[in-house]
Amino acid sequence: MSGPRRHRPLIGRLLLFTAGSFAFGFALVPLYSVLCKVWDTGNRWYGTQTAQAAVIERPDADRVVTIEFIASIPHAGDWEFAPHATSMQVHPGKLYEATFHARNLTAAAVVAQAVPSIAPSSVARYFKKTECFCFKPQNFTAGESREMPIRFIVDPALPPDVDRITLSYSFFDLPQSAAAGR
Amino acid sequence: MAHADTHDHHDHKPTGIGRWLFATNHKDIGTMYMVFALVMFFIGGAMALGIRAELFKPGMQFFDPGFYNSLVTSHALVMIFGAVMPAFVGLANWMIPLQIGAPDMALPRMNNYSFWILPFAFTLLLSSFFTAGGGPAGGWTLYPPLSLQAGDSFPLTIFAIHMMGASSIMGAINVIVTILNMRAPGMSLLKLPLFCWTWLITAYLLIAVMPVLAGAVTMLLTDHYFGTSFFNPAGGGDPVMFQHIFWFFGHPEVYILILPAFGIVSEIIPTFSRKPLFGYDAMVYATASIAFLSFIVWAHHMFTVGMPLSGQMFFMMSTMLIAVPTGVKVFNWTTTMWKGSLSFEPPMLFALAFLFLFTIGGFSGLMLAIAPADFQYQDTYFVVAHFHYVLVPGAVFAIMAGVYYWLPKWTGHMYSMSLAKWHFWVSTVSVNVLFFPQHFLGLAGMPRRIPDYSTQFTDWNMVSSVGGFVFGFSQLLFVAVIWQSARGGAKASDKVWEGTDPAGLEWTLPSPAPYHSFETAPEIH
Repeated sequence: MSGPRRHRPLIGRLLLFTAGSFAFGFALVPLYSVLCKVWDTGNRWYGTQTAQAAVIERPDADRVVTIEFIASIPHAGDWEFAPHATSMQVHPGKLYEATFHARNLTAAAVVAQAVPSIAPSSVARYFKKTECFCFKPQNFTAGESREMPIRFIVDPALPPDVDRITLSYSFFDLPQSAAAGR
Repeated sequence: MAHADTHDHHDHKPTGIGRWLFATNHKDIGTMYMVFALVMFFIGGAMALGIRAELFKPGMQFFDPGFYNSLVTSHALVMIFGAVMPAFVGLANWMIPLQIGAPDMALPRMNNYSFWILPFAFTLLLSSFFTAGGGPAGGWTLYPPLSLQAGDSFPLTIFAIHMMGASSIMGAINVIVTILNMRAPGMSLLKLPLFCWTWLITAYLLIAVMPVLAGAVTMLLTDHYFGTSFFNPAGGGDPVMFQHIFWFFGHPEVYILILPAFGIVSEIIPTFSRKPLFGYDAMVYATASIAFLSFIVWAHHMFTVGMPLSGQMFFMMSTMLIAVPTGVKVFNWTTTMWKGSLSFEPPMLFALAFLFLFTIGGFSGLMLAIAPADFQYQDTYFVVAHFHYVLVPGAVFAIMAGVYYWLPKWTGHMYSMSLAKWHFWVSTVSVNVLFFPQHFLGLAGMPRRIPDYSTQFTDWNMVSSVGGFVFGFSQLLFVAVIWQSARGGAKASDKVWEGTDPAGLEWTLPSPAPYHSFETAPEIH
C-alpha cells in the first residue's frame, strides 16, 4: 500500500481516540458525583437535600452547638429572602424548627429552588433535616410572601471539636425546563 | 513561466494567491502557520501593553473595568491558541518531514483545512469585541456562573474555541500519522530526533484533551441556551465541576505549550556544545512521564475550591512528582554542555535563556504546588509571574530559538547575527524587568485580574510596565531579522552552522530546502 490509503487504519484509530476523549469529557459529569461521594465532601451527599427517615430524639443537654443561618440570592433583585433568626443555640439530639422568609418581588409567578450548603462540609452528615423547603421547588404567585420552615436535628455523634455549624441557602429562580425535569 | 517550468521542474511552485489558499505543501503551510502566529503574537501583545498601561499607576487611566477584563481574557486566548500553539504547529509542519526524511506531511489536504480554520476562529473571537456587552470578560478559564453572564460575545467565544480545537485535533492527527507511518527506512523510534518525539507526545495530549475542552464549553452553551443544569446549582448542577473538567483539559494543555519547546532546545544545545545530547533515552522517557503525570495533577489549579484533605495531598504530591522528570531534562541539557565546546550564536543564546528562566518558572510552580502555601498565593500576581515565566521566556523563547536555528534553512540566507543578538539581550533583560517584580507584587498580596490596585503596589507595577513596553517593542527587531533573511543576505550553506556538526536529516538538504524534498527516502544506518 502506498499513498494516503495506507494511513487509513491509523487515522481511524486516532479519530476513535478523539471521539473517546469527547465522550470522556461528558463521562466526567457522573464520575464527579461518584468521586464526591467516595471522597466524602459531605455537602451534596449527606441528606442535605432529602428528608431523613424518622429520627429518635436523644437530647444531650450538656452540649450546646450554635447553628448559624445564611441566605443569599445569586441572581440579585427579584427576591426578599432571609432567615428569621440569624443563629440559634441547640442541643444535639433534639428536634428544632427554624423559618426563612421569602417574598417574590416580581409581578409574575416564579418557581424557586433553594440549594443548601453546610460549613464545615465535613459535618454535613451530622446535620439531619426531617423537613425543609429545599426538598422541592417552591411556587410563588406574583408578589407572594411566605414563611418557610426547616426542621432539623444535630446528631449527638457530632465530633466534640465542633461547636458551630453554618447552614446557608441560595435561592435560585428555577428555569422552566429544569423545573419540568425535577 | 514556460522557461521556469521546463528547467526548474523539481521546484515548481503554484503561483499567486492560490498557492496559499489551496496550499498542501508542508513548507507553505508551515510558513503560513508561523506568520499567523507572529501576527497573533503582536495582537495579543498589543492587548498586554494595554493592560500594562492601565496598571502603570493606581486608579483608572484608560479603560473601564469591563473592557480591561476583556483585554485580560482575550490576551490569554489569543496568546495560547493563536500564537504559541500555531507557532509550534508551524515548526512541526516545516521540520518534521525534513527530520524524518518524508516528502510531506501524511495528510496534506487536512493540513490545509486545519490552518485555514484558524483565521476564521480568531475573526470570530476578536469580532466579539464589537458586540453588545463587549468581548469575553470572564477570564480565559471561562468559569461559570461568571462566563454565562457575558453578553453576545459568549456564543462567539464558544464557537471560536470549538474551531481552534478542531484545528488542533486535525493538526495533531496529521503529526502522529506522519511520524508513525512516514519515517525514512531504518529510522527506528529511538533514532527519532527529539523535536519529533516531543511533538509526537504533544499530539497525543492534544487528541486526549482538546475534545474534553470542547465538551466543557458545549456544556456551558447548553446551560446558557437550552436550560441544562451541568453547572447550575438550581437544577442540581455544580459550578465547581466545571473547574474540574476545565483543568482536566487545562493541565495537559500547559504541557502542550511546553513539550515542543523541550524538543527544540534539545536540538539546539547539542549543536552549539559540539557534543551529542546527553541521555537521549532518558529525555524520551522523561517527556513521556511528564505527559502521563499531566493527567493526574489538575486540581492543583483549584486547591481553594473545597476539597478533602486526601485530595489536596494527592494533587500536591503528584504535582511535585513532575519535578523529577523535568529535573532529568534540565540536568541532561546542562550535562550536554559540560566540557562542551560552546559558542553563543542567537539560537544558543535563546536556548540558554530558556534553560535558566524556564527553571525559575518551574521553581515558582513547585512553591504553588504546596497546598497550604497555595491558599496564600491563589489568584495573586505570584501566579501571573509563575506562568508568564514558563510561557514567555519558556515557550516563546524556545520558539524564537527554533526560528533562529532553522531560519537560514528555510530562506537560504544567513541573517544579521548582531541584530539577532540585540533582540536577544533587549528581550531577555526586559522580560525579567517585566515579570520578576510580579513575584513581589503577588507575595505582597496584589490580586490578579484587577484594573486598579492599592497604592503600596505602585512602584513594582511601574517597573513591570516599563519592562513590558521595552519587551513588546523589542519584538520588532525579531520581525526585522526575519524580514531581512527572507529578502536576501549571505548565502547559507547546507549545514548552516559552520564549525558545528548539527544532527538531523534537515542539514543534508540544500539551503533553502527545496520545495519538494526527500521524494526518495534517505537510508538511515
